[in-house]
Amino acid sequence: MTDHSDIDSVSGRSTTGHEWDGIKELNTPLPRWWVISFYLTIIWAIGYWIVYPAWPLISSNTTGLFGYSSRADVAVELANLEKVRGDKMAVLGAAPLADIEKDPALLALARAKGKTVFGDNCAPCHGSGAAGAKGYPNLNDDDWLWGGTLDQIMQTIQYGARSGHAKTHEGQMLAFGKDSVLKPDEIVTVANYVRSLSGLSTRKGYDAAKGEKIFAENCVACHGDGGKGNPELGAPNLTDRIWLYGSDEATLIETITQGRAGVMPAWEGRLDPATIKAMAVYVHSLGGGK
Amino acid sequence: MNKTVNPNELTSDDDYGPLYAARKKVYPQSVSGTFRRIKWGLMAFCLGVYYFLPFVRWNRGLGAPSQAVLIDLPNSRFYFFFIELWPQEVYYFTGLLIIAAVALFLMNSIGGRIWCGYLCPQTVWTDLFYAVERLIEGDRRERMKKDKSSDPMKLERISEIVLKHSIWLLIAWWTGGAWVLYFNDAPTLVKELVTFQAPMIAYIWIGMLTATTYVLAGYMREQVCTYMCPWPRIQAALTDEWALNVTYRYDRGEKRTSVKKAAELRALGEQVGDCVDCYQCVAVCPTGIDIRNGPQLECIQCGLCIDACDNVMTKIGRPTRLIGYDNDINIHRRQEGKPPIYRIVRPRTVVYSAIIAAVGGIMLYTLATRSLLDVNVLHDRNPIAVKLSDGSIRNAYTVRLLNKSGYDRVIAIDAQGPVNSTIHVIGVDSVTPERPMIVVPRDSTSELRLLVTAPAESNPEKSIPVRFHVTDIGLGEVASTTDNFVSP
Repeated sequence: MTDHSDIDSVSGRSTTGHEWDGIKELNTPLPRWWVISFYLTIIWAIGYWIVYPAWPLISSNTTGLFGYSSRADVAVELANLEKVRGDKMAVLGAAPLADIEKDPALLALARAKGKTVFGDNCAPCHGSGAAGAKGYPNLNDDDWLWGGTLDQIMQTIQYGARSGHAKTHEGQMLAFGKDSVLKPDEIVTVANYVRSLSGLSTRKGYDAAKGEKIFAENCVACHGDGGKGNPELGAPNLTDRIWLYGSDEATLIETITQGRAGVMPAWEGRLDPATIKAMAVYVHSLGGGK
Repeated sequence: MNKTVNPNELTSDDDYGPLYAARKKVYPQSVSGTFRRIKWGLMAFCLGVYYFLPFVRWNRGLGAPSQAVLIDLPNSRFYFFFIELWPQEVYYFTGLLIIAAVALFLMNSIGGRIWCGYLCPQTVWTDLFYAVERLIEGDRRERMKKDKSSDPMKLERISEIVLKHSIWLLIAWWTGGAWVLYFNDAPTLVKELVTFQAPMIAYIWIGMLTATTYVLAGYMREQVCTYMCPWPRIQAALTDEWALNVTYRYDRGEKRTSVKKAAELRALGEQVGDCVDCYQCVAVCPTGIDIRNGPQLECIQCGLCIDACDNVMTKIGRPTRLIGYDNDINIHRRQEGKPPIYRIVRPRTVVYSAIIAAVGGIMLYTLATRSLLDVNVLHDRNPIAVKLSDGSIRNAYTVRLLNKSGYDRVIAIDAQGPVNSTIHVIGVDSVTPERPMIVVPRDSTSELRLLVTAPAESNPEKSIPVRFHVTDIGLGEVASTTDNFVSP
């Protein structure tokens, strides 16, 4: 060990004996209170280990002296929140569906609640903003398979479509090709006819009269005269510009050949009635409701 | 502050140095004079404002808080006399912070650490605590004697200590108490506090501030300035050679000797200073330094050493201000026989003043011309545009109306977008179909969903602007904002 009794000639104070490039470090000790505070924080940390859950064990962890858990705290806070919101949701649950949109406070509550619940339950299929996707309807537009009034929307949310619920919407697009009802060339013809219904271009030389005849014999039952659709059966309007699966010839041939039967789950029993109501109002207020 | 060690006194233990240094207690002596009077005055002013401001009333009409200065956290409002600020206007606080920072720079470039010596809460409260201590335990010598005394505790001494700490705690408690009054209606909260009805958070804050005031002003004192506060380090980078700092004018101070000896030496025509080495400047210093060692980190520039030295100089019939607000430039000038010059107006101070004036001016202007009606619009992002069954395009927006006035207002909403487009406000135009109108309650916001639909034949190819107007039906006040209409 080197000799440390080295005194700085300018300040007259001892140095630590450390030297860098000719510069020596003065020995300037920390204040006592500072050092004591430092030790206290160490003691405090040890106390923390004992009082709070801290040490990981193989399949769990030490629970701490008071069994504190932040998860339990969250549960308590959520219960409190439910208590606070309970009254307001009760008012919403009791209000007639048609009047909710006319009351700014109720509308705001329904939209706020509906938006959250939509994000948790509906967004996986319909998208976070309800923009939909191929096979999953866009809820912002004005084309509704099962009807777009408040009551109809609520009914669809409650019971779903082809969900297996006793009151669910039933009806499906038959597989005309797979079940050998129509021949492949007939399918091509009727697909072009359907495109013509909404003013889309058709294949050169296709037989429009034949297409109309096939449509009248096979499709009118559900899609109605002129293909205007039928919300009772969930049969889409074929004359407008919105297509759930796509309007190009190949997609239409696929639809007619294979049929379509998208499923919307029933939410009755999974969400409470007031929440379903809030969701119906939220979806209706997105802008597509009739 | 640190004791100089004589090499011969070092033992082998000292070779490695002690881990810590005990605080050397400071016993500032009372002093009277100009700077002491300024300090008393500023202390009274600062404490007066802090302790009593929450009780000042301001009439804002029925239902609105009637406290002049109130930070209403639950409702996100800040009230300052005639000004009411919303969270959206938090930039006013940014402005205040800029002004505060630059004002600190300006002070620093004019008179050094004026803030530290006269206005810093640590200084003000420590000064107050010292005053209490002095009143009860006596001045410097008495306190030192009492602390050193090895006599068994006498009843008189115990009662002195108890009284001192009681008064300290009382001041500390009131300090915490005044703090919470800024966050709630003061008279109501006082009543709640004394009847133990106040929210727990109020008691917690009072407890915390009582503790910090008591510990920082009663025990930590000058150590806060030397060990905890970053300002002494920062100010060294901000000061310049023209800044007036508390300075020992060594040009007329050295060499130091007694009055009698000085007279003899002067008679012999020898160089001798005015300083008589009476240590009065050291005795009164609240940070326990010797200003004659030149500018140093611990000096908070409170000027008490100036008062102490002036008193001595007056007594011995020498000119005052042997210690005074000065700088090294002037000391050198005097040494060279030139008159001192003081430059307050310098590029640095001009720039700082200009910044303060500019920021203050902008704030005043925006405050005077700000609107009490405002509208914010947020375009739906998912979907960004919707195609309807007839081929028309629709965009949806979230519109937020802000009524910052103290009365309910009827607001009409209007949007000008693509040619022949129509607007629809969910929930509102079912009530007022001709022109969507909504009542926005006083001092609150309303959020609406607004749809703009452009017919198929006027479908814009690219994004075009949409202008949203909101109009107060009664007063005609208008606010507007612009967003875009996009096609899929």
